[in-house]
Amino acid sequence: MSIIQINNLHKTYTDTKVPVKAVNGISLSIEEGEFTAIVGPSGSGKTTFLNLMGGLDTPTEGDILIGGKNIKDLNSRQLIDFRLHHIGFVFQSYNLIPVLTAIENVAFIMELQGIPKKERHQIAMELLKKTGLEGKENYRPGELSGGQQQRVSVARALASKPKFILADEPTANLDSASTEDLLNMMAELNKSENMTFIFSTHDKRVMDKARRIVTIDDGKVVSDV
Amino acid sequence: MIASIAWRNLWRNKLRSLIIIAAVVVGILGGVGSDGFMEGMVDQRVNTAIANELSNIQLHQPDFLLNNEINYTIPNPDQYIEVANQMPEVKGASKRIICGAMASTATAATSVLICGVIPEQEKKVTGIYKKVISGNYLNDEQRIPVVVGKKLADKLELNLNSKLIVTLADSSGTITYGAFIVVGMYQTSNNLYDESHIFVRINDLGKLAGITGQVHEIAISLFDNKQTSLVFDKLSSSFKQQINNKLIDMRTWEQLEPLLKSMIEMTAFFSYLFLIIILIALAFAIINTMTMAILERKREIGMLMAIGMTRGKIFTMIMLETLFLAIVGGLVGLLMSYGLVEYYAHYGLDFGSMGSGMSYIGYDSIVYFKVTDGFYLASFILVAITAVLSSISPSIKALKLNPVDAIRELN
Repeated sequence: MSIIQINNLHKTYTDTKVPVKAVNGISLSIEEGEFTAIVGPSGSGKTTFLNLMGGLDTPTEGDILIGGKNIKDLNSRQLIDFRLHHIGFVFQSYNLIPVLTAIENVAFIMELQGIPKKERHQIAMELLKKTGLEGKENYRPGELSGGQQQRVSVARALASKPKFILADEPTANLDSASTEDLLNMMAELNKSENMTFIFSTHDKRVMDKARRIVTIDDGKVVSDV
Repeated sequence: MIASIAWRNLWRNKLRSLIIIAAVVVGILGGVGSDGFMEGMVDQRVNTAIANELSNIQLHQPDFLLNNEINYTIPNPDQYIEVANQMPEVKGASKRIICGAMASTATAATSVLICGVIPEQEKKVTGIYKKVISGNYLNDEQRIPVVVGKKLADKLELNLNSKLIVTLADSSGTITYGAFIVVGMYQTSNNLYDESHIFVRINDLGKLAGITGQVHEIAISLFDNKQTSLVFDKLSSSFKQQINNKLIDMRTWEQLEPLLKSMIEMTAFFSYLFLIIILIALAFAIINTMTMAILERKREIGMLMAIGMTRGKIFTMIMLETLFLAIVGGLVGLLMSYGLVEYYAHYGLDFGSMGSGMSYIGYDSIVYFKVTDGFYLASFILVAITAVLSSISPSIKALKLNPVDAIRELN
């Protein structure tokens, strides 16, 4: 079943001296449970494409249908709510809230969703366990390694029970061992939870794990295997 | 959890937060301290004026206050004394004859206000008898006694048992004079009062002025100044007929000395003005600090927006951070201010050599601080309002952030 349907997507930045076509007519369909890598050289438009899919940026042209809903039709307030309930984000620099502990970081997104305290605590504990962080619940991000922080970030993304998780270069700041661990964990979650993961990356190790690789160059899909 | 994040965010940069907290503390100390000083000074002045000079309520013949004519006396004064003394709020009531006169000795002369009083009645109304620093207050045993202020004694080179000649116009308009023996000298915190007021027995002055048995003034003193209006209303009701028939005119100390009342109002106004000026300066410091904090956390705020935190919640978070800073600073500031005010309320702030200058304008040289609960509360509320208002500009800066730009910075 297709959870993301992208039709003739364009994004042109006009705030530069010369207009830049970052995304130039991408059409793509992503099925539930995919483990997809969006790859391409720097400046190819993969981050912009991910931002558009995540509702963080608005397309100049084209449609993005998520679960049948065209996010182009949502206003900024509805878009925030849509992101909160339907999309999980994993960032390159982990981006956890530094003053919260691991469990609080995971539970925070559920608080935004209005889930009761007891329930969110229980879910957060389970997610930290699943991401291999049992015993680290009360550590703050500064007390965790890069790999562990990224695991918390994945747990946080999962906590909102999203339709899919967008991960922008999730392994860029990790060493080989942490990258391997993180990819194995995400692949496991993909299998066990049927969670859809979409990565942007130029990391060969991520590409090797991906079951589908979409290559973008000059804002266009040049291959999809 | 937003409140918890806001609280923890405060302590991410401890030094910066502590500097702002210290600024709030110093601001409140300055505002409350200056109010304590000014309010204490004015309160002392008012209390002194009521205790030694005015009493709480005075009755006169209606024209007397316009023109201190010796024949403007209150008919049948004892009826008023009797009614006043029956009220539980009244400490005492005293009959007085008041005349403008010339006081002279062999070496000098000066104009004075001579007050003829019944010593035992007057002791219940004013505290001049407690201010006698040499000799004694008036009593029935003495021979034509007078109690003078120390300042006047110095001016006229008077000593105890010296003779003071008092010259005045009697009830027929004839200039008359009498000799009084100085039996005591008093000293209040008001040099001008001490220099211009002398006290004699009412009968001695009545005889001299030709108005024996008559009085110009009835002074009523209360146990609690706060009951002045209440007692005034009760007396107005009791003496309604006499007031309507223009036999008497009754006034509170505020009506007799409107300057004192305006001084109280001005003090309150300047205290708040001073506090507001301090808070405006503080607001700029808070805006600057919070803007710095927001700019440093631009990426984090962008991420919060990306994962689904609404702008309203981000605004609340920043506002709470500012509010917490102000509340911590405000509470510490109030606590320290309370300590400062209590210390000076107990021991007083001694102006030493400047004290004599202050006495010339009617103030004590030692000021005992006083701050009302209302001012403490108002200071705290104003600090909180300043914090909320100061958080608006940094919050707007945060809300203008575009999550995409923030994420770009991240990656």
